[in-house]
Amino acid sequence: MTTTDIRVAFDRAAQKRRSSLFRRFLRHPGGWIPLAIFLAIVLVGVFAPLLAPMDPNFVDLTAAKAPPGPEHLLGGDSTGRDILSRLIYGTRTTIWGALITLITSVVIGVPSGVAAGYFGGAFDRVATWISDALQSIPGMIILLVVAAGSRNNFEVLMATVGVFMVPGYFRISRSQTLAVRGEAYIDAARVSGLSDGRIIFRHVIKAVYPPVIIQTALTAGIAMGMQAGLQFLGIGDSNVPSWGAMMLEGFRLMLTYPLMLLWPSAALGLTIAVLAIMGSTLAELVQVRTPRVSRRRADAAPAAPATGSARHEAAESALRIENLRVTHATPSGETEVVHGVTLDVAPGEVVGIVGESGSGKSQTVFSVLDLLPSTGRASAGAIWVGGKDVTRATGKARQQLLGREIGYVPQEPMSNLDPSYTIGHQLVEPLRATHGMSRAAAKARARAVLERVGLTDPDRVMRSYPHQVSGGMAQRVLIAGAIAGKPSLLVADEPTTALDVTVQAEVLELLRELQAEYGMALLIVTHNFGVVADICDRVIVMRGGDIVESGQVDELFAAPAEPYTRELIAASLDDAAGRAELDRAAAQHTEVTA
Amino acid sequence: MLLFTTKRVLSGILLLVAVSIGTFFLAHLAISDPTAALLGTTASPAQQAALAEKIGLDRPLIQQFWDWLSHAVLLDFGMSWRNFQPVGAQLAIKVPVTLSVVTFATLITALIGIGFGMITGLRPGTWFDRIIKGLSVVLFALPGFWVSLVLVIWFAVQLKWFPAVGYVPPTQSVDGWLRSITLPAISLALGGIVAVSEQLRNAVIAQTRQDWVRTLRSRGLSATRVNLHILRNASPAALTVIALMFVGLLSGAIVVEQIFSLPGLGQLTNQSSQNGDIPMLLGITVISIVFVVVINLLLDLVLGWINPKVRVA
Repeated sequence: MTTTDIRVAFDRAAQKRRSSLFRRFLRHPGGWIPLAIFLAIVLVGVFAPLLAPMDPNFVDLTAAKAPPGPEHLLGGDSTGRDILSRLIYGTRTTIWGALITLITSVVIGVPSGVAAGYFGGAFDRVATWISDALQSIPGMIILLVVAAGSRNNFEVLMATVGVFMVPGYFRISRSQTLAVRGEAYIDAARVSGLSDGRIIFRHVIKAVYPPVIIQTALTAGIAMGMQAGLQFLGIGDSNVPSWGAMMLEGFRLMLTYPLMLLWPSAALGLTIAVLAIMGSTLAELVQVRTPRVSRRRADAAPAAPATGSARHEAAESALRIENLRVTHATPSGETEVVHGVTLDVAPGEVVGIVGESGSGKSQTVFSVLDLLPSTGRASAGAIWVGGKDVTRATGKARQQLLGREIGYVPQEPMSNLDPSYTIGHQLVEPLRATHGMSRAAAKARARAVLERVGLTDPDRVMRSYPHQVSGGMAQRVLIAGAIAGKPSLLVADEPTTALDVTVQAEVLELLRELQAEYGMALLIVTHNFGVVADICDRVIVMRGGDIVESGQVDELFAAPAEPYTRELIAASLDDAAGRAELDRAAAQHTEVTA
Repeated sequence: MLLFTTKRVLSGILLLVAVSIGTFFLAHLAISDPTAALLGTTASPAQQAALAEKIGLDRPLIQQFWDWLSHAVLLDFGMSWRNFQPVGAQLAIKVPVTLSVVTFATLITALIGIGFGMITGLRPGTWFDRIIKGLSVVLFALPGFWVSLVLVIWFAVQLKWFPAVGYVPPTQSVDGWLRSITLPAISLALGGIVAVSEQLRNAVIAQTRQDWVRTLRSRGLSATRVNLHILRNASPAALTVIALMFVGLLSGAIVVEQIFSLPGLGQLTNQSSQNGDIPMLLGITVISIVFVVVINLLLDLVLGWINPKVRVA
């Protein structure tokens, strides 16, 4: 792809997104209704001289504090000026002021944010510090200083309000630019010699503008609020009609003429509310929403026949699932990812589930634990754990099995420990909560299992936080946590995949030892036939949510029935051979250069 | 941890100095002729010159600043130009009022905001979640003084539950003090409540998707216990907003105090700005920034306690 191609493709994508975003905004009731109201308010402001029934500063002493009537539709204020006319002209003031504020903050905030995100370095650090500092200054105090000095000059004040809104734009432009800067197409553009200026104008701006527009809707509302607040404090030219000043007057006469407070407050409240709603709708439309799974059963397509089979009596198995189906809610509707699988594990048996990513093997495991993500839903003909039927068991009852009957070893060691608690706490808490152990007993057990999984200094490990230990140690900690409750079934989801090659063998060896020592059944998920050969008695091959083949490990290796199984085995061997070759090449290279 | 705290304190002092310099020169630039503002338009040039000499305005600006700064580091903020009383003494009278309202508002914000954020974050999509979301959109944008007006009309004028105006010091009556700051605090807090709630909700949802949540549940921990883990990890987001809100509340208090006739920093700021009383304005700025720095320091310490990684960095 040349840069031009990339650019055209990206332009088109952006254009499509923009038009569809705007169209979706107009179709959404939270979009077009507030937009229509807001446009009406803007038009009232623009055409104020045509719409207002009289001069906003014309004093008619007979109309002072007059109630609404035919001559003064909303009545007169304390000096006899027409409230409706002042309200209409006040709209103009409000919008003009907000415009000054917005222009100031966008002109300062967006370019500096983009530059800070794009170039980084000293400019980024200084600008970020200034932005943070600006955010920690109570703006109203500075505004009052400026008001005193500028003799209440409206434009200067509104521009100063804008300065205090700069951090919002700065932060959002900076973070958005940082995100885009890491994208491949920016690198491609740079490598092909496009200048920084062109990259920023052609690519970065496109990523920055949607959040900037959302920010603008919110900022406009807040700016109008601050403007009215200043006017309410009595700052500003009394001859310029403004909502804030009208609110101040109405507030002073609140007890006798409450309507005088109502009109400007309603106008301000409505304007700010429609802006806020527009901003929120835009934010919602831009966001990628996670679909929610429907609790009712989807109209099932003609169900494919279940695959796989059980080999043992249900009452004598450690685990048995029959016709397990897992569906996930996706943006385009519900998708079934496991199409009815049946399998079982005998006590003390080691069974591997092999398949590539997307084969449904992890989803099967999570269903066994009853810990599918919130978008997923499992249904099964039958589930037996430890020889007991738990098909109809409540969520609570299924939860009771965890930590007692079933232990779980996850794939990625670092992300599976809570970063805020010490390792010791994470081991001790379940023992106390689910096994009702005393603190001392739980600590002793935690210490013992840590020692058992090969950690030589268990006291230090227990005091450590997850980020203070290595990946291999973290995985041992997780194994310790899984076996601490002495489960009869251990479920391991790719327990070695995320580890260094040297550590993989050790962890696998440890699992084998523990399995034998505790007499546990072990269900191990992997994509690697090497792991299967090392540790498993029996293997189940999954593909696309179905079980395609299963059997004793020796038999399956000797004579795989399915071509898919043969491919998987070959891929595992290739991988090993390939790596060995690479190692040899690297060694030779070192010799040559040495 | 010590290094981390020292760094934070130094950064706070740097901010304090930077803002002091900024405010000093901004004020002198903006209020080009303070004597006119102080004496009114009827004063003769001779009177103006006499005042200028008395308050040191006839000296070069840099010298005036140095004079101010060298006293300020010893916590002496000079004399007010309006009534020639020490700035510090007047601040000492006004600060407790504003601090009562702002602290009370922060407490309300934190308690209710965290509660709402927890409930909506742990169970997104429920009717309660939708109501809070709908409310938050509008409440966040509406200025505190607008809300104050509504509350005053409703609770003070119509229902007469709370006094509409005035301040009762806690030394006089604790009950009266609480009643006098309740409405101002609520009007200030409403916007913050929804901001904190929204932040915490998003953070809770993000934490719920973490791998370790599944692992904790796989150990047999009850939903309540797992939720506590989620909350602890989600709380930095909420705390950061609370600290930011505090700055916004100080700003908002200036207008809200006007509505409830509270004799706090807000009134003092407004008066001083109209009178061109620069030493008073500087004193107010410094004391506000001190609050902000202290709050941020507390926040950092709490964040360090929650997230052990911060402590090491």
